[in-house]
Amino acid sequence: MTRHEPRTQGKAKIDGGVASDEKHDSARKHVSGEAIYIDDMAEPAGTLHACLGLSEVAHGAITGFDLSDVRAAPGVVAVLTANDVPGDNDMSPTGLHDEPILADGRVQFFGQPVFAVIAETREAARRACRLAKIDYAEEPALIDVADAADDAKLVTAPLKLERGDSAAAIAAAPHTVRGQMRVGGQDHFYLEGQIAFALPGEDGDVTVFSSTQHPSEVQHMVAHALGVPSHAVTIEVRRMGGGFGGKETQANLFATIAAIAAKKLNRPVKLRPDRDDDMTATGKRHDFLIDYTVGFDDEGGILGVDFTYAARCGYAADLSGPVTDRALFHCDNTYFYPAARAVSRPLYTNTVSNTAFRGFGGPQGMVGAERIIDEVAFALGRDPLEIRKKNLYGTDDRNVTPYHQTVEDNVAERVIAELEASADYAARRREIAAFNAKSPVIKRGLALTPVKFGISFTATHFNQAGALVHVYTDGSVHLNHGGTEMGQGLHTKVAQIVAEEFQIDIDQVKITATTTGKVPNTSATAASSGTDLNGMAAQDAARQIKNRLIAFAAEAHDVPKDQVVFLPGRVRIGNREIPFAELIGEAYMARIQLSAAGFYKTPKIHWDRDKGQGRPFYYFAYGAACAEVSVDTLTGEYMVERVDILHETGRSLNRAIDIGQIEGGFIQGMGWLTTEELVWDGKGRLRTHAPSTYKIPLASDRPKAFNVALADWAENAEPTVHRSKAVGEPPFMLAMCVLHALSDAVASVAGHTVCPRLDAPATPERVLMAVERMKAEGAR
Amino acid sequence: MGARGEIRFLLNGAPVALGNVRPDETLLDYLRLRQRLTGTKEGCAEGDCGACTVLVGRLRNGALSYESVNACIRFLGSLDACHVVTVEHLKRADGSLHPVQQAMVDYHGSQCGFCTPGFVMSLYALWMREAQPSDRAIEKALQGNLCRCTGYEPIVRAARAVSDYGNAASDPLATERAAVIAALQGMKDGARVEIGSGRERLLIPADVDDFAAILEAEPEATIVAGATDVGLWVTKFMRDIAPVVFIGGLDGLQEIREQDGVISIGAGVSYTGAFELLAKRIPALGALIDRIGGEQVRNMGTIGGNIANGSPIGDTPPPLIALGATLTLRRGSARRTIPLEDFFIDYGKQDRAPGEFVEAVHVPVPDAASRFAVWKISKRRDEDITAVLGAFDLRIADGRVEAARIAYGGMAATPKRAKAVEAALTGKAWTQETVEAALSAYDGDFQPISDMRASADYRMMAAKNLLRRYFLESTGAGAVDLSRHEAA
Repeated sequence: MTRHEPRTQGKAKIDGGVASDEKHDSARKHVSGEAIYIDDMAEPAGTLHACLGLSEVAHGAITGFDLSDVRAAPGVVAVLTANDVPGDNDMSPTGLHDEPILADGRVQFFGQPVFAVIAETREAARRACRLAKIDYAEEPALIDVADAADDAKLVTAPLKLERGDSAAAIAAAPHTVRGQMRVGGQDHFYLEGQIAFALPGEDGDVTVFSSTQHPSEVQHMVAHALGVPSHAVTIEVRRMGGGFGGKETQANLFATIAAIAAKKLNRPVKLRPDRDDDMTATGKRHDFLIDYTVGFDDEGGILGVDFTYAARCGYAADLSGPVTDRALFHCDNTYFYPAARAVSRPLYTNTVSNTAFRGFGGPQGMVGAERIIDEVAFALGRDPLEIRKKNLYGTDDRNVTPYHQTVEDNVAERVIAELEASADYAARRREIAAFNAKSPVIKRGLALTPVKFGISFTATHFNQAGALVHVYTDGSVHLNHGGTEMGQGLHTKVAQIVAEEFQIDIDQVKITATTTGKVPNTSATAASSGTDLNGMAAQDAARQIKNRLIAFAAEAHDVPKDQVVFLPGRVRIGNREIPFAELIGEAYMARIQLSAAGFYKTPKIHWDRDKGQGRPFYYFAYGAACAEVSVDTLTGEYMVERVDILHETGRSLNRAIDIGQIEGGFIQGMGWLTTEELVWDGKGRLRTHAPSTYKIPLASDRPKAFNVALADWAENAEPTVHRSKAVGEPPFMLAMCVLHALSDAVASVAGHTVCPRLDAPATPERVLMAVERMKAEGAR
Repeated sequence: MGARGEIRFLLNGAPVALGNVRPDETLLDYLRLRQRLTGTKEGCAEGDCGACTVLVGRLRNGALSYESVNACIRFLGSLDACHVVTVEHLKRADGSLHPVQQAMVDYHGSQCGFCTPGFVMSLYALWMREAQPSDRAIEKALQGNLCRCTGYEPIVRAARAVSDYGNAASDPLATERAAVIAALQGMKDGARVEIGSGRERLLIPADVDDFAAILEAEPEATIVAGATDVGLWVTKFMRDIAPVVFIGGLDGLQEIREQDGVISIGAGVSYTGAFELLAKRIPALGALIDRIGGEQVRNMGTIGGNIANGSPIGDTPPPLIALGATLTLRRGSARRTIPLEDFFIDYGKQDRAPGEFVEAVHVPVPDAASRFAVWKISKRRDEDITAVLGAFDLRIADGRVEAARIAYGGMAATPKRAKAVEAALTGKAWTQETVEAALSAYDGDFQPISDMRASADYRMMAAKNLLRRYFLESTGAGAVDLSRHEAA
């Protein structure tokens, strides 16, 4: 909004600066239906619609390809196959050249895009798609990692982390437990599905509106697919209806097809898959099979661990390398292992290529750590919380991770202690024991689990960001940066940072769509890094302009620079105060540049993957959560009675947004560990490809009591933007407390003498089967 | 009276008359593509996510009520003489937000915002019904809305606070009620609607007799009441369903009444419409209705349709079979009434002749001497499709089982009675030993399958345990059921 008379004149504080509970910048548009998502954009005349034809076998060669009925169907304008890709038929984000846009001669998973129909309407394209006749020579398919041979194919190089001699430590330990855990995958279920809308331009140009977390990568993929330089391709996204990692690389498919069709036909082309096709043809969170061995002493002190993390990566690498790496980086969670060995197995399978999802392997890594804690606790007959506390990282010693980074900012002990007290853990532990003693069918369970999550892209070069800030002559500000908005409030926070720099109300700062034309060579909005990186870049841009204004004002008014002070809505120059807009007007007349490109790169980080050593993370984010559940031991159904969370976000830029990330992340994590189950059949068909069969949490799955607090004493030990901390992913893993509370309830059936080894997702079925195991083993 | 060649309805503030309506055209496509009202979103196109929620006001026997529905699976042809209200209708002329919208903003109820218009509409419907809703009522109203960002907590906070922002009595849908009723009554001219031919053919009967006549003449027609199943035939399977007969607006199928201890439910009565009386007279059945679909699906879907489509996992047939319900089928003017269990012959096969339709189901209210219970087990508690559903109606006198009717869903190709189990119980002393001994009879009754919802082993184990649960509850052994809220 533009105003000539800022109402901030003389105010003590601007509206919407940092550390305010500013509402999401689009909230009013969200609730009124006025926020424009890509499918809501007015379509230019002549717009065509695309639909993907998907393979119907999991693995094999295409032996017959008859698309004549498709081409003849009403409304069909064109049919694209691999031969119609003018440039490189590949969208592998890591450059391994293993991910064709359209299958070229062979298919490697059920649901792989084989062709695309372009028609006058979306319905015509969908109907025509069904008329294809494709013959396959089927080949054996590997669907489940449990069936993988020892020398099975990997999609990317595995990682090994090693510190100390874990084999010797385990061999010498008084106690040893060996086991295996299955951790399920997860569909993102962004409410707005994938979509791309391509508009052809002159020369080789094309503009694609893409629901993507990574516009620069979409730009590169489209350019490669078209065989044009990156400068010919512009990608724009104002907002996504949810991303969660599912639009980090997965938008590439839709954008490239739409762009190829738009250029070939010289007409606008939109591709919005049906939800079922979206869920079938796009990657998900990796499911893992974790083999573990832990050696420990009589008091529950861990002496050595050995982990193998095998992941179902699908047919191509996508981001499986960094995802499985991050799983290993979190096999410690908050715990110090005197000796540790962890290896990854990024396995090739004939399933959709799995991808980024909030936590990016970290959750799967941590679940392994918490499982071994349970193993130790049950082996010794102790409360798992006691074992957790006993094995925490120290502050001055016992503080080196399996990847040889020293943990310098450890606050886990304080977070756990405060939560243990505020959640009344000890008293409730006793009450639950008394309840269970008298309740034969309904059993209660309690668990408190911590989180330590590493912040930074582990690929060091991604830790950079750019921003573009213009100040117009009326004092209003145009803000652009490389981050994308998917609901997390990034644009709001970055606007707060810029408003704070200039000391103007946030409504003077216009948030604009992310576009590769304004800020180039950006990283994905991922790894919780959005605000840390883009906030710093925008701050840098604002400070450049501010410094020019200060120099100008000091010179023009003949005062020292330190006598130019930005106050809310105004600037004090010596003894005089003038509105911000007035200073801008004067600066313009004096030909001061009022635009700046900002830049930021994260300091201190480095990582040597071959050695498995370095400092991949700038800092860690900490939190802890405590859950109480009730379990029906006749059916395995359960209810989350109460959850208490204490999470630290440094000096929060916006407590409302941070609490929203914590509550939302927790519930999403709870879904992953409870009701969200991906089921593939023997043919490699995903059977849970719509909300009717794939069950994310509902309002009525919320904990009955849900207490969320931010650690108000926290600040980032590193000089991040206003000493805040990243908050996108870490709260997701707080939900591990629900899995462990369920496990605790199940364990009560056998008097807490047998580790329930409850795998995830802990559906009612898995819970009941675990109860039955307890009954059988507890009776022995 | 001659047939009318167009449908007529109110869309937000304006009347609409449409002669060019395809029988399978959804309300959502009409809103987004033809009207460019893009506030209503498509999230799943199968009625499970609620992003497309709009309100539909309909006159039922003269009374106007607004209900939340899923526009994605609602056919345009079912909206004759209705008032369709979309999110674009809520903001006031001066640009200020509606109380529901303002509460959602103030409590940070939106993040990505894509599901938000749907939540706003569901909360709008709730607020018009209940100014101060309980958490239980809020959760029930939101069972059909998925949010992936917020974890729902801020949305529930907003829902509790809506009345702080305004009074439903002064809402336009309340103050303009008389005018809307008059407008809708004006549209109800009692004529049959007939549009198009062949694959474009759409019919709305004038009344139930006209429906019977249409179906006799065109027995291949697809009958659409709530469209919660048929909607997916179109949006997911792209089946041609013409000719289509829309019966959701027929007052003659809307009756629900109790006479001589039997509740008769017309085939057009929605789950919501049936809920009140069933919850009062057969509380266990009322509680089950709460767990069928989400609010939007319950507002659209009918018990008649749940029976007629013959699904082995429909939630109402097992309890109705256990209760000894009967079904009235009609063809032309001929009617026959059969035990409900006889209707289900095999997978995909029911005892319904060409041209015949389900007119009503009759449910005996259990008397004090019997104990009726029904439990649904699903992966997610609410808005999920059944893995196993068990219904029990046992008559126990002097410690002996005098009679037993037990039926399950999800255990066979049809909703099915557990006759071997019933036989193992009948005449025996009602003891744990009898129950344990009867469990082996399940293998004679059922050979369940494994699928994405549950394994065969789990289905069988849970099915047996439901009998154990029934026994424990009958002996007053304390809480053996999980409940989210204290009983209302």
